[in-house]
Amino acid sequence: MSRSTRWLWSAAILAYAFLYIPLAIVVMYSFNDSRLNAEWVGFTLFWYEALLNNKEMLLAARNSLIIALSASFSATLLGTMAGLAIHRYKLKVLPVLVFTPVAMPEILLGVSLLLFFLQVLNLTLGMISIIIAHTTFCIGFVAVIVRARLQGMDESIFEAARDLGASPWQTFRLITLPLIMPAVVAGALMSFTLSIDDFVITFFTKGVGEPILPIQIYTMIKVAVTPEVNAVSTLLMLLTLIMIIIAGKLEARNMEAAGGEAGK
Amino acid sequence: MALLEIRDVTRHFGDYTAVDHVSISIEAGEFFTLLGPSGCGKTTLLRMIAGFDLPDSGQILLDGEDMVGTPPEKRPVHTVFQTYALFPHMTVADNIAFPLRMAGKPPQEIRARVTEALDDVRLPSFANRFPHELSGGQKQRVALARGLVNRPRLLLLDEPLGALDAKLREEMQIELINLQKEIGITFVFVTHAQDEALALSHRIAVMNRGNVEQIDEPSKIYGFPRNRFVADFIGKISMMDAQVMEAAPSHLKLDIGELGEVITAGKEGVKPGDKGVMAIRPEQVRISHPSNGAQLKNHFLGTVHDFLYIGDVTTYIVELSNGTHIEALLPNSAPGRATFFEVGDLVGVSWRHDAGIFLHD
Amino acid sequence: MTKKAEQGRTEGRAEERAEVGIKERTARQRMAKFFVAGPPLVFLTVFFVVPSLIMIATSFRFPGEFGGLAPIAAPVVSAHVSQGLEYGFTLEAYQFFFSDILYAKIFLKSFAVAAATTLICLVMAYPLALLISRSKKHLRNLMVLLVVLPFASNFLIRIYAWMIILGPESGLSYFINAVLGALGITPITLLFSPFAVLVGMVYVHLPFMVLPLYTNLEKHDPALLDAAQDLGATRWQRFWRVTWPLSLPGVFSGAALVFIPVLGMFAVPDILGGTGDILIGNLIKDQFLGTRDWPFGSVLAIMLTLAVLAIAGLAAWFARSAVGQRAT
Repeated sequence: MSRSTRWLWSAAILAYAFLYIPLAIVVMYSFNDSRLNAEWVGFTLFWYEALLNNKEMLLAARNSLIIALSASFSATLLGTMAGLAIHRYKLKVLPVLVFTPVAMPEILLGVSLLLFFLQVLNLTLGMISIIIAHTTFCIGFVAVIVRARLQGMDESIFEAARDLGASPWQTFRLITLPLIMPAVVAGALMSFTLSIDDFVITFFTKGVGEPILPIQIYTMIKVAVTPEVNAVSTLLMLLTLIMIIIAGKLEARNMEAAGGEAGK
Repeated sequence: MALLEIRDVTRHFGDYTAVDHVSISIEAGEFFTLLGPSGCGKTTLLRMIAGFDLPDSGQILLDGEDMVGTPPEKRPVHTVFQTYALFPHMTVADNIAFPLRMAGKPPQEIRARVTEALDDVRLPSFANRFPHELSGGQKQRVALARGLVNRPRLLLLDEPLGALDAKLREEMQIELINLQKEIGITFVFVTHAQDEALALSHRIAVMNRGNVEQIDEPSKIYGFPRNRFVADFIGKISMMDAQVMEAAPSHLKLDIGELGEVITAGKEGVKPGDKGVMAIRPEQVRISHPSNGAQLKNHFLGTVHDFLYIGDVTTYIVELSNGTHIEALLPNSAPGRATFFEVGDLVGVSWRHDAGIFLHD
Repeated sequence: MTKKAEQGRTEGRAEERAEVGIKERTARQRMAKFFVAGPPLVFLTVFFVVPSLIMIATSFRFPGEFGGLAPIAAPVVSAHVSQGLEYGFTLEAYQFFFSDILYAKIFLKSFAVAAATTLICLVMAYPLALLISRSKKHLRNLMVLLVVLPFASNFLIRIYAWMIILGPESGLSYFINAVLGALGITPITLLFSPFAVLVGMVYVHLPFMVLPLYTNLEKHDPALLDAAQDLGATRWQRFWRVTWPLSLPGVFSGAALVFIPVLGMFAVPDILGGTGDILIGNLIKDQFLGTRDWPFGSVLAIMLTLAVLAIAGLAAWFARSAVGQRAT
C-alpha cells in the first residue's frame, strides 16, 4: 500500500466512523436498561415493549404507512410518465416542473403547499394533503431514475420493435415497460423511503388531526426524550435496510433477466 | 415495376439538407448499396424507407404504392440496425419470434420458422441464450435472422458490419452474399466502407451531401467513376489537371501541363477544349527503369518521392517532372520487399492507353 | 391524352391519401404525447406552480387579525380604517423585511453556516470519494452503499443521534469537560450550540457531497495520472494539476447539493441549536406555524428562493467554466 493510499484509507475510515457511530449509539441505547442515554446499564427489551403498548405511536406508524404507500404509488405512476415524456419528447416546461421541487429546499414546497391548501382548496389539512405534498416532490426522483435508465438504453431497440411490426402500444408493453421496470421499482422504493422519512414537508402540511410518525418522533425528541425514541429509530432503520436489500435483489435479478446490456 | 422507387425525395433538418432530390429505383432480388461518407444522407434515406422519418417532398413507393401514410410497423420492410438492437430481455428465440408474433402467426408456425431461421444463420443451438451471452458476430446473425424471418419485401441493413473486426467482417460479407442469394429478399445496404460495397453489391449508389453521385455496378463505379468525388471516394486514384485536345469515340488526347500528351479511354460528352483532370488507379501504373519503353505513349520520367510497404504490395509515390505526384503499385511476388527502387531514384512510369479516365471539373 | 389525365388523377389521389396518412400519424403521435406528458404536467401545475404563485400573491397581502390573511376587500368598504385592519395589496411585508437589519443578519448567518457546512463536507468527502473511485470495481459498489446507507435511515433520527453524543450526560461531554477542568477552563455545553448545528448539518448532508464527487472521479482515465507521472509530476503535482481541476464539475455540483438544502434547513438548528442559532428556515417556520404572519413568511420564502436560484446559477456557471477550461 503506497503512502497516499494509506492516507486516503485513514481519511475514509474516519468518514465512515463519523457516519456510523451515531447510528450505532442509537441502536445500542435502544437495548439499554436505563432512562438516560448516558451509560450502559444492562440489556432490556423494555423500550420495545413500551412501544408496542403506545397506541398513539402505532396509529402514527399505520398512518405513515398509508401515506407512504399512496404517495409512492401515485408518484411512481406520474414520475414514470414524466421520465418517459422528458426522454422521448423535446419538452421545455415539464422538466422544470419535475426537477425544481427536488432541487429546492423542502421548506419552500412545504410553505407554498400550506398556503395553497388553506387558501385555495380550503382543505382541512390531514392525510390527503400530506399524500399530495409527498407525491409532488417524489415525482422528480422517480423521473430521474426512469430517465437515467432510458438514456442508458440503445434507442434503436424501440425503433426495431416498430420496424418488426409492433404498434406503439405493443412496443411500450412488450419492450419499453419490461426494460424500465427495474427503474420503476427502484423509483417506487425510493419514493416510499422518502415519504416515510420526510419531516419538513409533512410538518407544514400535517394539520392537527391524525398522528404521523416523523411528527411523533419530533415531538418525542423535542419534548421528552425517552429511550423509546431509540427503539422506534432502530425499527425504522431495520425497515429501510430491508427495503434496500429488496431493491438490491430486484435490481440484480432484473439485470440478469434484462441481460447486462440494458443496464449499461 | 421496380420494387422500391424513391422519387425526387428531399429531407431538411432545419437549414441542413440531408437528402436533396434523390431518385433511385431498386429491383426485386437486388443487393443494393447506399455508399457514402458519414453525413451524406444515406442513413436518413434508409430511415425514410423504413418509415422512422418522412420526406419533406417526393415519394417513396413500394410495389408502386406510396408509403408515406404507412407507419413503420405496417411496412413490409425490416431493418438490421448498426447496434443490432436485439431486445436484451428476450432470448434469441423470442427475439426472432417477435416479428412473427406481431404478425399474429400461429405458435406452431412460429416455432418452426424460428428453428429454420436459426439454421439459416448457423446458430441452431443458441435459441435460449440471451443477447448479452453472444459475441458480436453472433448478435449480428441473430439480428439478420430476426429481420428475415417474416420474409419482408425489403431488408434494410444499416452499417451492420461496422462493429465487427476485420477478419469477422470478411466472413460475414461472404455469409451475407450467400444468404441473400438463397433467400432472394431484396437487400438495401448502407455503408461508408467502399471495399464492403464493392464486394457485396449488385449495384451501388454513391452519395455525397444529400445527392446521388452515381448509380452503377461495382466494376463500373470503380473503373469508370463519373466525377471526381466518386473517383476519389472509391479506391485510390492519382489525378492531374488536364485539357482535352482531341476527342474521338475510341480515345481522348489530353494535354497535361508541362508534362505533355496523354491518351485515355474515349468518353461521351467530351469535346476539345474541355478542362478537367486525368485520373489513374495506382495498380494501372507501371513503374520501370527510366530507359525501358521510353518510346511508348503515356510514358513519363520521375523520381521516387516515397514508398509504403504494405505487405502484398508496395506503393511508390513518384514525383513527375511537372511536380505532380502519381502512385504506382508493385506486387511483392518474391519473399520480402521487391527492393527495386529507393527514394530519389529516377524511374519511368507508364500506363495503357485506355487506363486513364478524363473527369470534368 | 386521356391516359395522361387519368394518370394525373390517380397520382393526385395518391397524394391526397398520403397527406391524410401524415395527418393521422402526427395526430396519433400528438395524442400519445398528450397522454404521457399530460398527467404529470397537470398535477405539477396544480400542486407546484399554482402554490408558488399563491405564495407570491400572499407576500403582497396584509396579515389577518388572528394570523393568516386579511381579506382582499373589506367586508364593509368604508369601515376598514376604523377597525385598524387593512385590506388589499401592499408592499408592507417587503418594507418590513428591508427595514430591520436583523433579517439581513440571519440571512448572512445562514449563508455562513451553509458555506462552512459545504467546506467541511468537501474536506471529508474528497478523500473518501477518491479512495472509492480508485478501488476495485466490486469493492466500489459496497463502499458507495456504505455511504448511502445511513442516509436512508430517518432524517430526524440522524439528528437525534447527535443529541445523545453531544448531550451533557454523554461520554464525549464528560471527557472534554474533564480535560478543560484539568486545564482550569470552565465547562462548556456542546449541545444547543452553533457547533452542534454545524456537526448536524455536515452529518445530514455528507452523502450529497460524496456521490457527485465519486461520479466525477470515477470517470477519470487512470492513464492521465500515469502520463503525468511519466512526465515527471510529483504526487502533489499530480493531484493539483490533474485530479483536482478535472474534478471541479463534481465539486461544484456537490457544493450546490449541500449548500442549497442547508440554506433552507430548520430542523437541525431547531433540534441541536440554542435559541440564538436561528437560520432562515426557522424564521420562515415561525411565521407560518408560530406568529402566523403569512405575508411576511412568504416574503422570507421568496427571498430564500432568490438566494437558492442565485447559488444554483453560480454553481452551474462555475461548473461550466471549469469544463470549458478543460476543453481548451
